[in-house]
Amino acid sequence: MFIINCPYCGARDQTEFSCHGEAHIARPEETEKLTDEQWGDYIFFRQNPKGLHYERWVHSHGCRRWFNALRNTVTDEIFATYKVGEARPVLPEQNAGEAPS
Amino acid sequence: MKAYSLFSLVRNSMSYHRNWQRAWRSPDPKKHYDVVIIGGGGHGLATAYYLATQCGISNVAVLEKGWLGGGNTGRNTTIVRSNYLLDASAGMYEHAVKLWEGLSQELNYNVMFSQRGLLHLAHSVHDMQEIGRRGNAIYLNGIDSEFLTPEQVKEMLPIINLDCRYPVMGGLLQRRGGTARHDAVAWGYARGADAAGVDIIQNCEVTGVRVEHNKVVGVDTSRGYIGAGKVGSVAAGHSSVIAEMAGFKLPLECYPLQALVSEPIKPIIDCVVMSNGIHVYVSQSDKGELVVGSGSDAYNSYSQRGSFDLIEHTVGPLCELFPIFSRLRMLRQWAGIVDVTIDRSPILSKTPVENLYFNCGWGTGGFKATPGSGHAFAHSIAAGEMNSIAAPFSIDRFNSGALIDEGAAAAVAH
Repeated sequence: MFIINCPYCGARDQTEFSCHGEAHIARPEETEKLTDEQWGDYIFFRQNPKGLHYERWVHSHGCRRWFNALRNTVTDEIFATYKVGEARPVLPEQNAGEAPS
Repeated sequence: MKAYSLFSLVRNSMSYHRNWQRAWRSPDPKKHYDVVIIGGGGHGLATAYYLATQCGISNVAVLEKGWLGGGNTGRNTTIVRSNYLLDASAGMYEHAVKLWEGLSQELNYNVMFSQRGLLHLAHSVHDMQEIGRRGNAIYLNGIDSEFLTPEQVKEMLPIINLDCRYPVMGGLLQRRGGTARHDAVAWGYARGADAAGVDIIQNCEVTGVRVEHNKVVGVDTSRGYIGAGKVGSVAAGHSSVIAEMAGFKLPLECYPLQALVSEPIKPIIDCVVMSNGIHVYVSQSDKGELVVGSGSDAYNSYSQRGSFDLIEHTVGPLCELFPIFSRLRMLRQWAGIVDVTIDRSPILSKTPVENLYFNCGWGTGGFKATPGSGHAFAHSIAAGEMNSIAAPFSIDRFNSGALIDEGAAAAVAH
């Protein structure tokens, strides 16, 4: 259990939120031209880093709005939460080697 | 290897049990092995055991970063069953159950496999339809499967509260399901593999996978470089980390899965009870502790702790189903990191790198498959092609769309 800082509501308990995996995945353009490999990669293959992870959260039991977070998957330390559409924050210096590219 | 028997027990009791032979050696790594297995859990050790005893490849090393069976092998709730919906799963898990049935004799090591029966409860019309469909599919695959009425459930489990918040409407029973002693499985396979010539190297963490001309040639470890003809990764929760070292991604995400153990009490549940509907499962160990589990945390993590709210979600339905447990104290809680695929089925596959094989994605329910997974993976590594049991679990299915969707059978039941 940890505290998440919702960009709209402020600090709330993690149980109010639900996580929806890797953030910043753009739906491919011109989907009619995608190969099976590209479709599979888009739908099923995810970053699964041991370290820093950009991920999507939704404040399910609060404002119900979606936002992104940068969290360490080993320590559960959250370095930043930011609104959808905002640029991804710069990685903290430590553990940067383990962050997704 | 000296065989264990009643006579060896008597003989060693004469010397106060001080002269037992060590169950396996602790060798230094050689420079090169025919096959290197990454991960000394049950699946990895079983793979090495079958490679050495059935495939004629005994120049094998098992590299374990911690101690044997210290990962998910020692963290699961020891449940064994094969009541899965789809043919590919039935093939794999029933293969495992059949191996479980003779495992103690084969290994000369008591894995305490106890076919005490596994009862899956249904609490809603949807649950009843799901067990109806799955139960018949299991039966058609030649695996035992029985439907129980609530009265029959009550007869099996006098302490159950059928009329709980989500009343028990029926059950699906696999009498050949049950439990096994998880540590003994790792130790038994380790002892058997070691006797067949496998080097088991503990405290040896893989830090890099060396690939030349798209072919794996060895691994860097905390104990130096080790060359390998073939490499099999059986690293469970850390499979994605190994794959990243080799330069590709896996369709896996890791979550903590928790379990709890209560104080020991007299025998009160003589089967495994599980419920997907209200999200809890429980069995009683031979020591008398209740072994309780439920769902995994809902966010990626490698923390091996798990969140507190999940504990409440676990004991809530437990007490509703068995009010008699409401005053029981829990002794321990822990989590293991489970590597979950989108279709809740494992991956046994070749990879984009030649001679590098992956056995992963067992998610929340890998323990039950330990012998079958090791057996199929060993034969596939030896042949260089996945065998008929392993073939459907190829990584290609995430691109071809031929998923093995076992969500309903695997969502909670471990």
